[in-house]
Amino acid sequence: MKIRYFAWVRERIGKAEEVVDPPPEVATTTDLLLWLKSRGEEYDWALERPEVIRVACDQVHAAPGTPLAGVSEVALFPPMTGG
Amino acid sequence: MVDVPLTVRVQREAFDVAAETARLTEGRTDVGAVVTFTGLCRSEGGELAALELEHYPGMAEAEIERTARAAIERWPLLGVTAVHRHGRIAPGEPIVLVITTSSHRVAAFEAAEFLMDFLKTRAPFWKKEERHDGTTGGWVDARDHDDAAAARWEK
Repeated sequence: MKIRYFAWVRERIGKAEEVVDPPPEVATTTDLLLWLKSRGEEYDWALERPEVIRVACDQVHAAPGTPLAGVSEVALFPPMTGG
Repeated sequence: MVDVPLTVRVQREAFDVAAETARLTEGRTDVGAVVTFTGLCRSEGGELAALELEHYPGMAEAEIERTARAAIERWPLLGVTAVHRHGRIAPGEPIVLVITTSSHRVAAFEAAEFLMDFLKTRAPFWKKEERHDGTTGGWVDARDHDDAAAARWEK
């Protein structure tokens, strides 16, 4: 699964994207955030407040707890500030 | 799906409001109202040197298009154009353009406002400030009143 990071999530983690292979118990976007958070201090810092992180699955906004089955690209980013 | 001319672009370069407007009105006699909204970069009291706009290529275009299609479903529009810039943008420069056309003004006004409200809260763009003293002002925080502005359409 490809993961992409944007804005301060990208800066804190120190990369724009990576390919990860989470264990089978990581079934939803919420599970994925918690699993990533445990991967090191840069992840823990970026995801310290998982409730503010927005998630998109295959380039569509996804609510917390969205199943990851069949998803090939997940993006994590802060609330948007365009316009 | 309603067949309404829809243009969505995400680009680094500036846009030409007159040319974009002409594209929606040229050769037509049914358009009675054109609403254009242009969002500009502010200097924030002279402190800001520039904004750096990051975006999620692919999703940015797709999300603006989803919002535009929702507007087309909701109002009797005759055309929609939305252009959002990315990259480094200096104070005074345009960031975003929304144009809506309709037979009567209410649909065009409301749809333009709806598009901007949702574009601010749902289109994947993030602004980072660059100050004149060379320091970064950090990432711009999302504002509650933008969420509230978008929420008022959900009824």
